[in-house]
Amino acid sequence: MSEPSPLWEVFVRARRGLSHTHVGSLHAPDAELALRNARDLYTRRQEGVSIWVVPASAITASSPDEKDAFFDPAADKVYRHPTFYQVPDGVAHL
Amino acid sequence: MYGNDFAAPEDASGGGLLGEVEAAETALREAAARARRGGPAPDEDLEAYFADVIDADQKIEPRDWMPEAYRKTLIRQIAQHAHSEIIGMQPEGNWISRAPSLKRKAILLAKVQDEAGHGLYLYAAAETLGVSRDELVQLLLDGRQKYSSIFNYPTLTWADVGAIGWLVDGAAIVNQVPLCRCSYGPYARAMIRVCKEESFHQRQGYEILYALSHGTPAQKAMAQDSVDRWWYPSLAMFGPPDGDSTHSEQSMAWKIKRFTNDELRQRFVDMCVQQAEILGLTIPDPDLRWNDERQSYDYTQPDYDELMQVIKGNGPCNRQRMEHRRRAHAEGAWVREAAAAYAAKRAEKKEKVAA
Repeated sequence: MSEPSPLWEVFVRARRGLSHTHVGSLHAPDAELALRNARDLYTRRQEGVSIWVVPASAITASSPDEKDAFFDPAADKVYRHPTFYQVPDGVAHL
Repeated sequence: MYGNDFAAPEDASGGGLLGEVEAAETALREAAARARRGGPAPDEDLEAYFADVIDADQKIEPRDWMPEAYRKTLIRQIAQHAHSEIIGMQPEGNWISRAPSLKRKAILLAKVQDEAGHGLYLYAAAETLGVSRDELVQLLLDGRQKYSSIFNYPTLTWADVGAIGWLVDGAAIVNQVPLCRCSYGPYARAMIRVCKEESFHQRQGYEILYALSHGTPAQKAMAQDSVDRWWYPSLAMFGPPDGDSTHSEQSMAWKIKRFTNDELRQRFVDMCVQQAEILGLTIPDPDLRWNDERQSYDYTQPDYDELMQVIKGNGPCNRQRMEHRRRAHAEGAWVREAAAAYAAKRAEKKEKVAA
């Protein structure tokens, strides 16, 4: 039996101006076939105008266990949001 | 329900199936938007954490902790669902070359292509649980995993393609719509996708039967004959009655399943009666009648002994379906090897250029 063909993650951009969104995964021996299969599998009904395929092995994911510690610093830096700042009355275009 | 395309999600319950799919999709987004609790605290009991996520109607994702039995039951269910889509291409594929018009043939081709796609979405969802597709395919080929009993029945006439769409895909969609709210995220998302496409299948089947039943007497008789043959096998698709269903209770507690086999079967019967009336075809059950007290139809149960025989491999086409699948797999081996060798050669060339 031959080696199982590798897994690819598929990202599709629905229209110009939107971002690529992960839509699923598939098996294919190489990138070109992955792209063709993704076309048939995920854009049969005009779901997209652009496809990215990425070998699943090339993706590193954060772990749910470290979720809190990993994303916590965002919570105590409220000054990163524009709403943190007070704008005096009467200032326009700010 | 057929023809009820634009039901608003709020009045969708019991009505438009597509509406229910939309509602499930909205619920999925809302659950994602709700502040989700993070991973378990270091000293937290993992079982309690898991139960908490399920209680809150949030989704379990691939890297979350889950009980081993939950993982196993999902692998079994999703894989068998995927196998069903793949084997299900055969009974309909049987009529591609003999479809009565070019339009019907093109539609049937698109439908069978969808089934392949559904199989692939589902295998991908199963793979997030830590098995490989090749393993699952091997389990199917070895006869150690099952596929839906319905695909062991033969397609004897063109009308059967219509009956499969209306009844078989109809039963599938009634079964699958609640799975759009299943607690395992990848499965729920795959089901949303599948259900939307499945409702195209159900409608194309209904249209075939409608055209036949409003055609010549011979066409109408052919349509009636196929409904007569597919009605009970379709009812059996919902599985054994609640008392005999081995996995139901635990699956409901884990929110993999939302309704029992019998509840879904009843829902299916209730929606088919009116659809059959519009077709002008008769459902082959002399005891089918409205029960005012229950606000549902009373009906004759399918033959569950027959269902068990079919599941055990003794249905009309079990051997043929598996032989066909095994042959395609074996005879395709050299093509898979060629593709792998070509990919390896190209990768090597690329490396050389880069070096």
